[in-house]
Amino acid sequence: MPSNTDFLLAIEGLTVSFDGFKAVDDLTLYLSKGELRVIIGPNGAGKTTVLDLISGKTRATSGSIRYNNTELTTMSEHQIVRAGVGRKFQTPSIYEKLTVFENLEISYPWGRTVLGSLQFRRSEKVVERIYEVAKEIFLDDMLDEQAELLSHGQKQWLEIGMLLVQNPDLVMLDEPVAGMTAKERDATAELLRKIAKERSIVIIEHDMDFVAKIADQVTVLHLGKILKEGSMDEVRNDPEVQEVYLGH
Amino acid sequence: MNTLSNHTDSSFGKLLYERLFKNKEGVIAFILLAVVLLLVFPLCLNTFRLNLTGKYLCYAFVAIGLVMCWGNAGILSLGQGMFFGAGGYCMAMFLKLEASDPESTAIQSTPGIPDFMDWNQVTELPWFWFPFKSFPLTIALIFILPAVLAFLLSVFYFKGRVTGVVFAILTQSMVACLWYFIVGNQGFFGGINGITDLRTLNGWDIRTESAQKTLYYVCSILLLFCILVSRYVLSTRLGRVLLAQRDKEMRVRFSGYNLTLFRIFIFCFAAVLSAIGGAMFTLQVGFMSPNLVGIQPSIDMVIFTAVGGRESLLGAVYGALAVNAAKTAFSEAYPTLWMFLYGATFIIIVLYLPKGLAGLYDDHIKKWIFKLKPKSDSGTTPPSEDLEKEVPYAK
Repeated sequence: MPSNTDFLLAIEGLTVSFDGFKAVDDLTLYLSKGELRVIIGPNGAGKTTVLDLISGKTRATSGSIRYNNTELTTMSEHQIVRAGVGRKFQTPSIYEKLTVFENLEISYPWGRTVLGSLQFRRSEKVVERIYEVAKEIFLDDMLDEQAELLSHGQKQWLEIGMLLVQNPDLVMLDEPVAGMTAKERDATAELLRKIAKERSIVIIEHDMDFVAKIADQVTVLHLGKILKEGSMDEVRNDPEVQEVYLGH
Repeated sequence: MNTLSNHTDSSFGKLLYERLFKNKEGVIAFILLAVVLLLVFPLCLNTFRLNLTGKYLCYAFVAIGLVMCWGNAGILSLGQGMFFGAGGYCMAMFLKLEASDPESTAIQSTPGIPDFMDWNQVTELPWFWFPFKSFPLTIALIFILPAVLAFLLSVFYFKGRVTGVVFAILTQSMVACLWYFIVGNQGFFGGINGITDLRTLNGWDIRTESAQKTLYYVCSILLLFCILVSRYVLSTRLGRVLLAQRDKEMRVRFSGYNLTLFRIFIFCFAAVLSAIGGAMFTLQVGFMSPNLVGIQPSIDMVIFTAVGGRESLLGAVYGALAVNAAKTAFSEAYPTLWMFLYGATFIIIVLYLPKGLAGLYDDHIKKWIFKLKPKSDSGTTPPSEDLEKEVPYAK
């Protein structure tokens, strides 16, 4: 049994194998409270799988994931979310047929049971919270717009907003700036830094310039294992990392 | 800019109005249906046709159930006949017991039990028939039995995240099982003949013309009521969660919802609606048979819904009426051609009108009406332009 730690997230010996192929192999990773961690790595390194494992989408073959010293590997997705872990998907995953307001409202962390959702009312508290988040994600004058009419970047923001409404302590973002314009990237970087003041963030990203802009700590993943951990400069100048990224 | 009152829920009365009808257009559409059902049909149709219409309306209950669980929640059930049958049989068992009093069954070797039991050498009333001696208990069972059945049949599948086509096929096999069960237990449920020769409801002869007319009204009013209840459910957060999980299941799970319970709820809800339709069917038609609950009728019910528009509660009612009326008209005139026409209609709907009659109205007729009358009121939403972008819900 792993012992209690001060870390927000303590991943130890995490392994998952799909028909013998180890997508994540004996991974150990610690995340402190308030830390912004970026995970990079070439395609197929197992980055998204790590997020899947933490959020309960994929079940671990062995190892442990402890969040605030609670074991997550045996919990179901909605329990993990309720414990305070929020997750954004790689492609913007929003409800196209609903309005921006309704999209945010569904994430509001109250009345998530069948009976609760039947009784749910849009009180001032709920609406105020949604306005607040909408403002943060730059969508405050588009609340009544159908979500499918948003631009790609706005959809990404909307999904980040949906996480913020949940008010999680740990936010996990899978390629949050994919498909964004340079201007949108800058706005997103600012947004993420603001979010990071109150919570811990794990980001998976390909865009190195963006990573350099936001990261405290970078973890390089390769073939399901950690290749290197450190600041962006350390990682960039590491010969092994260069080899992995450029060597073939 | 936003003011808080734009999105907060209004006072109780206004909130109820918004939830039930959304806007003025919703009220007009609902009143129109009420007028058609409660005034136009009774005035224009003779008793025979009115009774037929009442029978079609019973299928409309199933259709609105399918709008709830298929159209809005993405759970296609090809086994709604099962719940229609559950409601229908509950009512039929009550009526049969009432029709089998010892005097009128005096010639049987065991008087006082239903005739088909006597023919099948059953000598005493089976225990599960006892609740149907009481009318209140029967009414309660019409609601409880399908809900329990739907719960038991779906809980393991939804827990195991079985959805889409696989679930649809499973429901179909369940309905086939039920059919064999009823047919195989001739002594308990009347077998292939069903439960026939039903006469009175608490002493009130349901076969007279006036009774049939009354039952038609009861059926219509119940249907309108069920539409309002369904509207209400869809307008709550639960309705939006169901809509959201239909298209983006994972996103909803990662917003902290346990979808299993939501799916079970809506499946049970649809089952209860179907059962109410089944019970009304028995009352209006005067018998219940396994051929009304098998695979074919279950698929018919899906077709009614598809024709009417699987996302529209009112559309489903018109769909049930239109298809059944066409069925009656064509099969009377060209019995051999009917099945081909029926099939062709379904193919055309699926290919060109994925939103059914309701979609035809929303996307074409409404635009046309507003063109005639350029001063459109601002309460209505602009016609959507995503006609071609139809998402297949049955994954």
